[in-house]
Amino acid sequence: MVVKQVFDDKIEYISIIDENGNADAALFPKDVDDALVLRMYKRMGFARDFDAKLLSLQRQGRAVTYAPLLGEEATQIGSAFAMGEKDIFVPSFRQHAVQIERGIPLELLFIYWMGFEEGCVVSKPLRYLTNAVPVSTQLPHASGIAFAQKYNNTGAAVVVYVGDGGTSEGDFYEALNFAGVWKVPLVVIIENNQWAISIPRAKQSAALTLAQKAFAAGIEGMQVDGNDVVAVYKAVKDAIRRSLSEGGPFVIEAITYRMGMHTTADDPTKYRDSSDEAIWKNRDPLLRIRKYLSAKNLWDDDKERELHEENVKTLDAALEKAEKFVPDPSSVFKNVYSFMPDVLSSELSAGEAAGYWLGD
Amino acid sequence: MQANMVMAINDALRIAMENDSKVVLLGEDIGKDGGVFRVTEGLLAKFGEKRVIDTPLAESGIIGTSVGMALAGLRPIPEIQFAGFMFLGFSQLVNHAARFRSRSRSTLTVPMVVRTPVSGGVRTLEHHSESPEVYYSHMGGLVVVEPSSPYDAKGLMLSAVKLDDPVVFLEPTKLYRLFKQDIPDGSYEVPIGKANVLREGNDITIITYGTMVNVVQKTVDAKKVDAEIIDLRTINPLDTRTFVESAKKTGHVVIVHEASESFGAGAEVAARIAEEAIYELDAPILRVASPSLPYPFPGYEKYYLPNEKKIAEAIDKSLSS
Ligand SMILES: Cc1ncc(C[n+]2csc(CCOP(=O)(O)OP(=O)(O)O)c2C)c(N)n1
Ligand SMILES: [Mg+2]
Repeated sequence: MVVKQVFDDKIEYISIIDENGNADAALFPKDVDDALVLRMYKRMGFARDFDAKLLSLQRQGRAVTYAPLLGEEATQIGSAFAMGEKDIFVPSFRQHAVQIERGIPLELLFIYWMGFEEGCVVSKPLRYLTNAVPVSTQLPHASGIAFAQKYNNTGAAVVVYVGDGGTSEGDFYEALNFAGVWKVPLVVIIENNQWAISIPRAKQSAALTLAQKAFAAGIEGMQVDGNDVVAVYKAVKDAIRRSLSEGGPFVIEAITYRMGMHTTADDPTKYRDSSDEAIWKNRDPLLRIRKYLSAKNLWDDDKERELHEENVKTLDAALEKAEKFVPDPSSVFKNVYSFMPDVLSSELSAGEAAGYWLGD
Repeated sequence: MQANMVMAINDALRIAMENDSKVVLLGEDIGKDGGVFRVTEGLLAKFGEKRVIDTPLAESGIIGTSVGMALAGLRPIPEIQFAGFMFLGFSQLVNHAARFRSRSRSTLTVPMVVRTPVSGGVRTLEHHSESPEVYYSHMGGLVVVEPSSPYDAKGLMLSAVKLDDPVVFLEPTKLYRLFKQDIPDGSYEVPIGKANVLREGNDITIITYGTMVNVVQKTVDAKKVDAEIIDLRTINPLDTRTFVESAKKTGHVVIVHEASESFGAGAEVAARIAEEAIYELDAPILRVASPSLPYPFPGYEKYYLPNEKKIAEAIDKSLSS
């Protein structure tokens, strides 16, 4: 009889700036200076203002159902800042801040949330995909895009996002497994905000961490304080570098919290405790960086107000542009195939003749 | 009781669970949250976590485990949060739920009711507005029903739970809270496989189901046309006799559904009528349906969906030929 241990691994968790804004000097990344922290802080502020804008538009009936990012700014901004120019970003549906940082025009984001495909037009070369609403279905795409980067030797990595709930889907496991076998440059960020609508993290999986799901695919995994923008930046930057230099995917579970509702159609008071919400309010990702910067005299109330005013101006200008968008109902017909089949062209012309496309 | 469709289905589920301890509910957010449309509201409190199960986020898992439960003698009622996400469980439905009976020569059966909200007109995000009834009907082996009123919803659900076959139970989101109806408090059944003649008439037969039923009714009322309106209620298997007889009587047929026209249920209905009654028709069979393309984003859905105007024009066209 032979008994021996054939598998052993561990999951590390890193956090660099704590809730009180105190930084761990030993862990603090060498390539991060105060100017970068300040820039990331400002962009987290912008993300929060964008979120508030969308929420208010939805409440006024000017946007469709919207999924707020409130509380998840550090995970999104830290990872977006870690990506290189060429790297390719694949979202689920909540990464508005990453979309903004990757250069998707605000105007397009507004048009998307107003309910038009024209908000999804993508520029070439491929730098990002559009939102994937069916949970986890974007992950195999990301593995395939990463395969193509390796195939074409582009030197670009792919960064894909999935929620805690999304790690339960078959596509999640299949994508990781392919990426592991193919050893492609893929970084999977599990944006663990503790909830999948009303289902708490503990009910989603009996696994102690979600990062350890990487092990089953022969991939490395780790956890990071998802409310610490510096820790996220470091974790993702290292993972991208290693996935490119060593070849092979990487899983990062960012521990964060959905401070708001799942979407504007959701009512969290039905299923979660407000005491839980209070705990996480103290861990607000903006608050701790504000403390960090204030302690260094790099930030104050006036700067905060100015930033906010500036953000609102930028957002309003983009919204004004977006609201000038004129829908073209024929576009619904003209973008189905690379050619126009008879059936569609007669459906289109029948509609035009009858005036269906002129409005209600 | 006065009930909208949400309340009616909720009531049917409660009765089914009270009547049979083998009935269990499972799905995403159906417990504490009561379902994203509140269809399972209150059932966790009443029946407990053993029978009202909040599952992990995985549709193939939800449907596949339901198949297993059903094979082992339970009567699961899984909920798929939106029809657009049921495709993630499509393999389990068509490869197994639909086939266990035939592959085992009826020694293994899959008595389950897969509930899912369908169809659009409610301005939601991509994948929340699909009308997928034909995907499940084409296969054979799955019963596909779609109520158009609170009364039908409760009665069809109570029939579906008793059936020893897998039932795909499609609930039009748009109709969930559109109107209330007086429905019986207790248990009653609406037969599966039987169409409903909603209005008798002599001049034209309009065959429809789901979200389009009340749109057709409104159109007919406004036009004061002597139309016979047939609500299929069950998409598969079709109640051919009811609509063929009606077509023979009126000689004019318009079929209306929200799902896209190409390869839709209307094509099947039209073919059946053509095969059995074409010489008794006075006009070509017409269809009013959505264009043959993927359901657009909400900003465009008003252009896409069939409406009273399109239905009225089809009625005029049929009657004038
Ligand atoms: C395949 C699929 N099933 C169900 C849904 C409905 N739905 C949308 S978001 C969501 C929860 C997602 O949770 P998680 O993956 O943790 O991401 P989060 O919403 O927290 O960002 C569910 C169930 C969906 N969009 N896709
Ligand atoms: Mg989540």
